[in-house]
Amino acid sequence: MRELVVVSGKGGTGKTSLTAAFSHLADNHIVCDADVDAADLHLLLAPDVKERHEFMGGGKAIVDPERCTRCGQCRELCRFDAIDDEFVVDAIACEGCGVCVDLCPVGAIDFPIQKCGEWFVSETRVGPMVHARLGIAEENSGKLVSCIRREASRLAEANGQELIITDGPPGIGCPVIAAIGGATALVLVVEPTVSGLHDMVRLTDLASHFRVPCLLCVNKFDLNPEMTGRLEDMARERKIAVVGRVPFDPLFTEAMIAGRTIVEYREDAPVAAAIRQIWQNIAGSPAMNSYGIRITS
Amino acid sequence: MIISVASGKGGTGKTTVATNLAVSFGSGCTLLDCDVEEPNAHLFLHPHIDRSETVTTFVPVVDESRCSACRKCADICRFCAITVIGEKVLVFPELCHSCGGCQVVCPENAISDGQRELGVIEWGMGTGVPVIQGRIRVGEAMSPPLIRKVRAAADTEDQIIIDAPPGTSCPVIAAMRGADFILMVTEPTPFGLHDLKLAVGAVQMLGIPCGLVINRADMGDDRVRGYALAERLPILLEIPFDRKIAEAYSCGRMIVEVMPEWKEKFRELLQQIKVEILASSWRRKER
Repeated sequence: MRELVVVSGKGGTGKTSLTAAFSHLADNHIVCDADVDAADLHLLLAPDVKERHEFMGGGKAIVDPERCTRCGQCRELCRFDAIDDEFVVDAIACEGCGVCVDLCPVGAIDFPIQKCGEWFVSETRVGPMVHARLGIAEENSGKLVSCIRREASRLAEANGQELIITDGPPGIGCPVIAAIGGATALVLVVEPTVSGLHDMVRLTDLASHFRVPCLLCVNKFDLNPEMTGRLEDMARERKIAVVGRVPFDPLFTEAMIAGRTIVEYREDAPVAAAIRQIWQNIAGSPAMNSYGIRITS
Repeated sequence: MIISVASGKGGTGKTTVATNLAVSFGSGCTLLDCDVEEPNAHLFLHPHIDRSETVTTFVPVVDESRCSACRKCADICRFCAITVIGEKVLVFPELCHSCGGCQVVCPENAISDGQRELGVIEWGMGTGVPVIQGRIRVGEAMSPPLIRKVRAAADTEDQIIIDAPPGTSCPVIAAMRGADFILMVTEPTPFGLHDLKLAVGAVQMLGIPCGLVINRADMGDDRVRGYALAERLPILLEIPFDRKIAEAYSCGRMIVEVMPEWKEKFRELLQQIKVEILASSWRRKER
């Protein structure tokens, strides 16, 4: 089984629109939305939810005022300044380490496990989909990403599907680390801007750290052809295959409003043709077709 | 006054708004780049970095000669960052949340302070604006502690503009908490609206007044505006899609550089934010 993860470093470069398009073009696969913080893929794929599961994160400390003797031990121990002088725990500041819970001399602190979000198994017109919703202002996004990737791979194995296409989160932190470890390859969707270049460099550093090969797709390449050239040079320097260029096209926004992937919305548009070609290049790339490939940058 | 520029969805123009606002501000304003995973404000403000500091966090270091393998450290750690196999204690520093529990419970005093590098904080002056930015070490998963350090590095007397990370989870909360105003940058598309709703949910949890900037305002539909009306979120500025702005952005240039007339609009935006902060404190008193 292979897993392709679409990532970008910088947000808003077109990951989700392209993931949706790829999943329309691919056969016998599962789609996974690993951007659990701000999941948007469902807006294009209109999943019909078949299974709904609660995602339980860690505990949060709650001081019971009845039992509390106001000795101050918990306040002294807490490294996150989460307990105020009235012995009320600030749920947002609480890291969930449970040190106060274990060391309260009178056992006055409860530590209920929190529901941090939900994850779903759904049917869509392009195949099965595993996706999730992290609760607002919650932690543990990395854990939820790992959870849905595990479920996607379990489901793919059960269904005999050979490919998972995953929409990844932006950035290079906790959820991204959880989204790319052990993936077959990453598609980097990058815009030809100074920020795009800067963020791509950091992301490819992270990818080499985890030894996952990358493929580069430049989106809106015509906004700055010179910068597009620099991105592609950078890719070659880092042994990243360039799988193609997508032109800037307001059709993306129109397709999004229509709730369709761009390749469905305007099959005959040049931008759709470019994306079909890119998908062929990805599917035929060495990174997606040979096991144990190692990048050396 | 602390203004945090946030968005929910990535790539909507947080950095554009934060940097243009900062240079239009005049003196006495500091920009904090709290998007520590991918800090970009420096690409537009070009600060000359004159000071840099490595930020570390506590991780346990076990002195094996003192350790009695009693397992108390492993038992208290909720993050599986320390474990005991036979007589040997293993520490996984990348998993440690620096709560210090292992150190407190160790009866042999065998655990001393070690350090894990979170990243760096850099200070500089660019385009007339003092900039403080965080840059997380590649491979480091936990950004909130570094974001909090960046915020703590600012002079509280100054006017502060924060460039926040995208999303709605803990890093964003770290960049919004304690702000006087959240300026939410969005785009009028289904993705923009969906993520805006989540981000506004987070802001409401924190109880901070909030207003919108709609970027690429003419590309999309009217649902963001409808939502703003229904939720009584003031739309403080609309920036149309303009190839000139997009191309300038791609080269690291700000709107006010290529279209100086925008400086006035960003100053007006600032005035409106001040009015909104005032109005919201009045509303709070009324209640």
